[in-house]
Amino acid sequence: MQPDAAPPLLSVRGVTKFYEGILGCRDVSFDLWPGEVLGVVGESGSGKTTLLHCISARLEPTAGTVEYMTRHDGPADIYRISEPVRRLLMRTDWGFVHQNPREGLRMGVSAGANIGERLMAVGARHYGNIRRTATDWLDKVEMETGRMDDLPSTFSGGMQQRLQIARNLVTAPRIVFMDEPTGGLDVSVQARLLDLLRGLVSDLELAAVVVTHDLAVARLLSHRLLVMRRGEVVETGLTDQVLDDPQHPYSQLLVSSVIHP
Amino acid sequence: MATTGATSGPDAAAPAAEGYNFAYLDEQTKRMIRRAILKAVAIPGYQVPFGSREMPLPFGWGTGGIQVTASIIGPGDTLKVIDQGADDTVNAVSIRKFFARTAGVATTDRTEAATIVQTRHRIPETPLGAGQILVYQVPIPEPLRWLEPRETETRKMHALEEYGPMHVRLYEDIAHFGHIATSYDYPVRVNGRYLMRPSPIPKFDNPKMDRSPALQLFGAGREKRIYAIPPHTEVRSLDFEDHPFEIQQWDDVCAFCGSGDSFLDEIVTDDRGGRMFVCSDTDYCGKRREAGHTGAATQTDEPGEA
Repeated sequence: MQPDAAPPLLSVRGVTKFYEGILGCRDVSFDLWPGEVLGVVGESGSGKTTLLHCISARLEPTAGTVEYMTRHDGPADIYRISEPVRRLLMRTDWGFVHQNPREGLRMGVSAGANIGERLMAVGARHYGNIRRTATDWLDKVEMETGRMDDLPSTFSGGMQQRLQIARNLVTAPRIVFMDEPTGGLDVSVQARLLDLLRGLVSDLELAAVVVTHDLAVARLLSHRLLVMRRGEVVETGLTDQVLDDPQHPYSQLLVSSVIHP
Repeated sequence: MATTGATSGPDAAAPAAEGYNFAYLDEQTKRMIRRAILKAVAIPGYQVPFGSREMPLPFGWGTGGIQVTASIIGPGDTLKVIDQGADDTVNAVSIRKFFARTAGVATTDRTEAATIVQTRHRIPETPLGAGQILVYQVPIPEPLRWLEPRETETRKMHALEEYGPMHVRLYEDIAHFGHIATSYDYPVRVNGRYLMRPSPIPKFDNPKMDRSPALQLFGAGREKRIYAIPPHTEVRSLDFEDHPFEIQQWDDVCAFCGSGDSFLDEIVTDDRGGRMFVCSDTDYCGKRREAGHTGAATQTDEPGEA
């Protein structure tokens, strides 16, 4: 699938998470290479979001390891490295796009400040430069730069989601974790957002893990798919392969459940 | 610094009130607070938790400052208390009377005569010298509270020096007003390490904290925190490279003493738009008038009515 020469950016091995005896996900392993988009699909409660939190340093798994290829120090287990380093990675190398933009945005400050926050967090102290970068990013996510000083609460859901994406990408991360990035948006807005995401991912050579229950989103965005059910991965493969020729009975059921208008 | 002899000295200066320990607090409590103060001085700007006691005034009226003062004051000390720069406002008068009665210490209005100055919202204009202690009353000690409501998280941010997001507030000011409009409680970095809230003093007073020869102690009674700036410690106000820190300026001078370099309060004098500016530091203003300085309101005859 991938040339063996390039090491994976993220290497997940046997990740298992129990919530006090209740299964979140069990024994999930995969590799993610630079520039690759991995889709995680499955029904509600199948452990998609648990997995996403486990691999993005937000929730320590009960068992298993998550190794990240750092820029300078080689692969590192994200739960074994020191907390300052991990938090720095979370602010710089990784991005996290929440399903609900309210969780990922600072609702009390303007759109420009939301984008600038990550820059200031890594040491930017020149107002003019921060503002210029924020303007560029608003432009990249197709928002009017005139609304830069407005509060996110005055934006529509689609705009909030785009703002959240800009806020995450401003520090040029290498991996973005997305939890249902198009959930709760209507179809035309969804289509524009997907188009934007696809463009950004390929322009910036981002690696991404996209959790979604929407197979159309998965087909558009991701190169590879992981099908989950009851906390376990039941099928993996190239997106087209899994969606057009599903092997596991559950994948077949999932694919056949999609309603075509 | 006359903290000596405070171990037990109820009869040292014959306090007016009977039945209280010297300076109201019991000795064990004072020891606990002194330990917190020592730790705070050792780690400039770090907020040290302490067991805040009930005081005979409500939280929010200066219980933190009063407890700090009570545990450092000795019979030989001279106390000055100011509220918004003035010695004669209710809070200042009450706290001064409280210590005069429970500790029997001398009190004063004159900044240079005081060994301990307890303050709310101002730093005296007269520069403080070595051996003097400035005690601040602090309502909310945590500078990161507005952006992070969780205490566990703010402590972690302090521990890891994650102070970048603090600039978001200054960014917002510039984006909306064209300049940094935060005018009081302006965040500072102490000794290049801890981010600190200087209590609601105007940013006009921030430069006075920098490398001050006096010891500065901060007490937050309701929030149960003590922090400190030891003498001669660097205190830097946050800013942007292209929007440096600036203090307030006035077009007017004090109407009583003509001072152009002190913090001025605006006073509305009638209902026809009349107003005047006077020094907020009453002691400083009075001293200048004694020295013969006059302002617009005092040049004619009598000081104007406020």
